[in-house]
Amino acid sequence: MTAVPIDDDAFLRIARTGRDTGWWAMACVCGTEASFFAYLITAYAYLATRAPTWPPPGIPRPSLLIPVIMTVTLVSSSVVMAAAERAIRRGDVRALRHRLALSLLLGVVFVGLLAAEWAGKVAEVLPQTHVYGSLFYVMTGMHGLHVLAGLLMIGYTLVRALRGHFSARGFGGVSVVALYWHFVDVVWLALFTTLYLTPRFT
Amino acid sequence: MAPRTAGHIDRRFAAEDATAALDAKPGSAERLDALWETPHTWLAWLTTVDHKALGIRYIVTACVFLVLGGLEAAVMRLQLARPEAHLLSPEAYNRLFTMHGTTMMFLFIQPVLSGFSFYLTPLLIGARELAFPRLNTFSYYVFLLAGVFLYAAFIIGQAPDAGWFNYTPLASLPFDTGHNIDFYAIGLLFLGVATTVGSINLVVTILRLRAPGMSLDRMPLFLWSSLTTSVAVIASMPALTVALLFLELERRWHFVFLDPRWGGTPLLWQHLFWVFGHPWVYIVFLPATGMLSMIIPVFSRRPMVGHNIVALATVATGLAGFGVWVHHMFVTGIPQVSVGFFSAGSMIVSIPSAVQIAAWFTTMWYGRVVFQTPMLFALGFILQFVIGGISGVMTAVVPFDWQAHDTYFVVAHLHYVLAGGSLFAMFAAIYYWFPKMTGRLLNERLGRVSFWVMFAGFNLAFFPMHIAGLLGMARRVYTYLPGLGLDGVNLASTIGAVVFIGGTVLTLVNLLQSLHHGAASGRDPWHANTLEWSIVSPPEPFNFAQIPIVSSREPLWDGGVAAGPTLDQGRFTLLTTPLDAHPDGVVELPGQNVWPLIISLTLLGLCTALLVRSPLGIAAGAVTSIIAAARWMWPVHLRTLETDA
Repeated sequence: MTAVPIDDDAFLRIARTGRDTGWWAMACVCGTEASFFAYLITAYAYLATRAPTWPPPGIPRPSLLIPVIMTVTLVSSSVVMAAAERAIRRGDVRALRHRLALSLLLGVVFVGLLAAEWAGKVAEVLPQTHVYGSLFYVMTGMHGLHVLAGLLMIGYTLVRALRGHFSARGFGGVSVVALYWHFVDVVWLALFTTLYLTPRFT
Repeated sequence: MAPRTAGHIDRRFAAEDATAALDAKPGSAERLDALWETPHTWLAWLTTVDHKALGIRYIVTACVFLVLGGLEAAVMRLQLARPEAHLLSPEAYNRLFTMHGTTMMFLFIQPVLSGFSFYLTPLLIGARELAFPRLNTFSYYVFLLAGVFLYAAFIIGQAPDAGWFNYTPLASLPFDTGHNIDFYAIGLLFLGVATTVGSINLVVTILRLRAPGMSLDRMPLFLWSSLTTSVAVIASMPALTVALLFLELERRWHFVFLDPRWGGTPLLWQHLFWVFGHPWVYIVFLPATGMLSMIIPVFSRRPMVGHNIVALATVATGLAGFGVWVHHMFVTGIPQVSVGFFSAGSMIVSIPSAVQIAAWFTTMWYGRVVFQTPMLFALGFILQFVIGGISGVMTAVVPFDWQAHDTYFVVAHLHYVLAGGSLFAMFAAIYYWFPKMTGRLLNERLGRVSFWVMFAGFNLAFFPMHIAGLLGMARRVYTYLPGLGLDGVNLASTIGAVVFIGGTVLTLVNLLQSLHHGAASGRDPWHANTLEWSIVSPPEPFNFAQIPIVSSREPLWDGGVAAGPTLDQGRFTLLTTPLDAHPDGVVELPGQNVWPLIISLTLLGLCTALLVRSPLGIAAGAVTSIIAAARWMWPVHLRTLETDA
């Protein structure tokens, strides 16, 4: 038996070494959302490999210019977000606020670019035209919704940062949002590869 | 019946002083009560975060859906009792079998099992709450409202009617033009939110809030089931989400995914549905086996044989569940190689199940079995599950499946595994944990009678379906012709169903009667081995006056539990490391507020707006949900949220 009675103070003084429960919950959320996109990509691959030609006749291969800029924007935003988390670990609240704001701005630019990409796409294919169009719009659209959710979360965290909620000893909320934002970034890389690169190999 | 004393029990009685030492220190019980008790107002009752209250509400609500699903089954059985009956129209029959399957799979068996998880998990691990108390309130309300949403379809006469598997093109717009399928798709998307967040709550609770010393290898087996199941939900639920999203986009805005005219295929629905649906079978089965692994050692008066191997088998079953979905599709004309691969995979799944069954029998063999009601239900589970497992291996054999597919043989198999398995395990769990939840014992004699009536009724109802299936009776047909040799077996099934329902009513009577008039149970009426039995029944709002420190797998049998910290200066519980359960700090848990309830209502509004196709309603629902979520998460005082990460 390890029946060593330990007083409360000893337990209250234990320094936390691990991530807090919110971070673990967000990791689970990312797990389930990653599965969601994995099933979407699998559905895309399944339907694409059943088709005689892909993209189907009459629809050009997707052009790369805007999507590459989108990728650069989102990856930069993710890098800035990582820098924001590093700043608050040092206790630099000013840098945290600036970097959250910059990350937010880059995310908004990404959404704008997505709108431009869709505007160009409707001339080529509509969701109702062919399963190719349906897949394109639903995959980029669902990712866009995840970006919007992330922007709301970053905005919320920024408001909290402006109210002085975070410190070098307490920044769980920042870590949670940063994790989600990196996840959204990684999903985009998978979608970029699927939607824009793989049709070029056929 | 007085338990016969075996070696472990002697040691347990020697250790009784150790559990009494867990009781509150002078003065701390009052402080803990003030911190943890739900206030006595109606708003507090509505918005409580107490995992015990919510767990019981989950179980009761799911049992109301069980009654509804059971009534639907009863009406179908009356229709099928004799050939060419006209009790039901074909359309009404379609709605009944769809809602029966949907109710039992989504609104009864999974929620009732997770209700037990929400109730038991903190008690089993020596914690004061789940990791996210408000999320638990939220997931309860989403579950309740999604069920109400689905059943509202009956009120306007548009109940879903394409089967719980909802195959396209049956469910596609040209073949099903009403709102029926929209109720199904939107209702299940809504319900998926509850299931997913509930699973995340359990994963984090099990990994981070275990009492110091409860390393993974000392964790009760029910929690292994719960953890495996929750991870399986996290990974498989999105496949259903994708399928439902595709279906609704196709029905509503004429996207194409499932229509071959524009490059889609209905097989995509089947793949996505069964990639979700097959793991789901294990999601509703593994918690049941976990319950058995808690009950059988207690009534065999010895520790579980092969504890680690059973834990491993549980995880293996959960993993294998993802690799066998195509065995639902052997007759769809998919390539021969896939058929062979998935046939082999389906047979392999039976191995970890056989391991668990062997471990249960070995435990009984080396123990001294006490046949009280929970144990009877456990044994009923094993027998019926073995029959269901054998018919499962039979249908994994492709040439046999080609013959038996879409006949009552599969109906029999499904019900032996799910009703004979999961449902009997749930009854075992109710008889086993009722004393902990209420402080009262159920009537033992009535319990036994209920078991035997249910057992006889179940086998009379479902065994003849094997024969009906082999004779060629098709599933999902509202009647059959006389003179095909089906009259006798169908009449027997109907009589069995009535007897089975009678048996469940006896347990219901027992529950209602014992709730107020049952004998007082004390802390530990079964002389059990796990932490929940070390505290008073029903538990105090704070569960443990002192957080226990665990040093063995059977803490109440061999004295492996000691009193830890009191932590009565706030709504504290202890954080520990995921593998070894070393103390890793203290966490303060939020109390109740009204926003989880409000956001579940705004989401219901959003779903209704989707159903009636109101863009304004959709926008309003989304915006109010976001505002409610922001209010819910806003820290009331900083100490509660931001401690060091």
